[in-house]
Amino acid sequence: MIVNEISPDQLSTGKIDASCRVPLLALFGGAALWLVVGLLLALIASLNFHMPEKFANCPLLTYGRVQPAANDAIIYGFAIPAALGVLLWIFARLSQTELVLPLVPIVAANIWHLGVFVGIVGILIGDSTGYAWLEFPRGGSVLLFAAFLLIAISAVATFGQRKERELYPSHWFLLAALLWFPWIYSTANLFLVAWPVRGVAQAVISWWFVDNLIFVWLALVGIGTAFYFLPKLAGRPLQSHYFALFAFWTLILFSTWCGIPQGAPVPAWLPALSSVASALTIVPLIAIAVILVKTVCGANVSCKGGPFCYLKFGTTAFILSGLMLIASACPQISCVTEFTWFGPAQTQLQILGFFAIVMFGAIYELLPRVMGFELPFPKFVRLQHWLFMLGTVLLVASLAIGGIEQGLKLQNVGIAFLDVTQATLPFLRASTLGLLFLLLGSLLFAANIFVMTFKWKLALFKSVIAAVKAPLETAEVKS
Amino acid sequence: MKGGALVFLATFIALGSSWCGFVLAPELQLGTAKQTTVLNSSDAYPVQRTGDATLGLQVYRASGCAACHTEQVQQDGVACDVVLTGAGKNLAAVSNLVSTLKLNGLTKDEADVASQKISVAGGKVETHIVATGADISRGWGLRCSVTEDFLYDYPMPLGSLRVGPDLANVGARLPDANWQLLHLYAPQSVAKGSMMPPFRYLFETRKIGNASSPDALQLPKELAPPAGYEVMPTDEAKELVAYLLSLRIDVPLYDAPFTPRAFTSKK
Repeated sequence: MIVNEISPDQLSTGKIDASCRVPLLALFGGAALWLVVGLLLALIASLNFHMPEKFANCPLLTYGRVQPAANDAIIYGFAIPAALGVLLWIFARLSQTELVLPLVPIVAANIWHLGVFVGIVGILIGDSTGYAWLEFPRGGSVLLFAAFLLIAISAVATFGQRKERELYPSHWFLLAALLWFPWIYSTANLFLVAWPVRGVAQAVISWWFVDNLIFVWLALVGIGTAFYFLPKLAGRPLQSHYFALFAFWTLILFSTWCGIPQGAPVPAWLPALSSVASALTIVPLIAIAVILVKTVCGANVSCKGGPFCYLKFGTTAFILSGLMLIASACPQISCVTEFTWFGPAQTQLQILGFFAIVMFGAIYELLPRVMGFELPFPKFVRLQHWLFMLGTVLLVASLAIGGIEQGLKLQNVGIAFLDVTQATLPFLRASTLGLLFLLLGSLLFAANIFVMTFKWKLALFKSVIAAVKAPLETAEVKS
Repeated sequence: MKGGALVFLATFIALGSSWCGFVLAPELQLGTAKQTTVLNSSDAYPVQRTGDATLGLQVYRASGCAACHTEQVQQDGVACDVVLTGAGKNLAAVSNLVSTLKLNGLTKDEADVASQKISVAGGKVETHIVATGADISRGWGLRCSVTEDFLYDYPMPLGSLRVGPDLANVGARLPDANWQLLHLYAPQSVAKGSMMPPFRYLFETRKIGNASSPDALQLPKELAPPAGYEVMPTDEAKELVAYLLSLRIDVPLYDAPFTPRAFTSKK
């Protein structure tokens, strides 16, 4: 099963997995909950396109609040904690050592989820900062930042204890992600929220942050995770380490410069530079695609709706989302796609189609090992895979096609603006259906995680009771 | 790569360079920006928004208006229009020229040729610079948005999605405060087919006191409150409208020149 690690004996692997148990449950439990909440909020936001009058009197549920709350619940509530949990486990496994400071991530996970709660409530009551993907008010952001650092400490300490000094490719991607997030998150919060800079410099920093969070950070963690799990699941080594190193370098060098929209009211060198960087992002995309194809093809493993399917679908979605990003940064295409639903389509594909699905695959693969027993509803795994595939395709395809049509019509001045927006309605309504499938899928995920947690707690409780009730050993009984 | 330090170094180089490029450099270039002046005039631009409008931007932020509206007009380029300002004595020749020559959407050279011809015939002409592009043709602005427009705004309300129309110049496009309030209360009543959700929580329905308030909304019959009640905009609604009305990009700047309407109206 384990390809990349040197002769792990079964006993120590079990111990390593067990050391991650409580931190991972704390991270994944909250993540599952926030995913359901986030998709529910997204569904409510989407309902506005069916009945705009519905939430007229309710400030909490107005589109402009629910939509960012949904986005943030999914990215901060689900994506990042799930990523950190998977990262901790991969680090422990690769290091062949038990998790160092296991208490720290447990505490940090709770701080993190508290921070997300504070942030989501803040957005809904109108305390948003007004910056996309950074809407959490200060209190929430501070908690998130502190929690991330704590988890990073535990992860880096575990990394430092590794027995094999040579690094595995996943190490590069995941270590980079550990440094990446605190850097971009602190920069964005300091310059946009704490001591805001003047004028459009704010917008440039905000775009830089969004690109580095949604594209680069998710890519680093998602691809790092895929590079760990795919070889294991396919039963073949990663093809090859040198190519992965090349993909890593080009990814962090080029794609960190994307994200400035072409027509933005900023000095022209900014979008021009961003456009060049986006075009160059094709290099890491091709490299990653080649690695994935060479690693997966020829593997004699059928996926049967299991983690292997998840990882294959997720990584394919990443390539597609990268291509969409490159396309929308090309001036000839961006004049149509800018300000349309094409942008949200790309973001949703990146987050739900690529990242979330890779995380599900990883979690379904690692959780039974960590817990020491099988998933309570193994059939849900396959069902959820179908629901997520269907949901993502519906959501992303309808938004993307609707966005292109919207863009073409916006360019045609003969079509009145209201007619342009009316024409997008069927697509938006189809996307609601996609969200519904995704929500159902996320419920299955939550069911597996929560029942598993409950079973474990029950077993723990029983063993405690048993220990209390157990008759004292005769040796201890004083005569 | 041998060790963790090397990975950290790689990350530091990659992210550090883009940090310098997209955080530090824009701040150095734009962070100390000052007021500029309107083109061919000594008027300062932009002027700080009024207190109400500044508070209104916070209502705009809290309600998440930027989720559906952009505040950035774009333009493809500029063109020249030749405008007749006086016919002169040779009326027939000039009117003949005006009806035969192409006078709108010209390049600089074409405009020079056209105005030369008309001047020779005795007519008086002016060459006007106009912005071109889909946004301009939709009437969303007279020029594109530029960095100067946002000097005093926090948070930056640029937006990225046009579910609703662009608002960069809405104060000049739809300057009627009552229309704006009515539109917030019941968008479909003034803009048929609009997808905008109503913002009725920015209003309160209250019992009419001694006399109905002059601020009360004049609602159409089907939306009117029960007899004896009136719909009043809250302070937040008034601030939001003040902000919307303060959104005007209708003066030419060095970065985005055009010939203002005031000159055009002279003909």
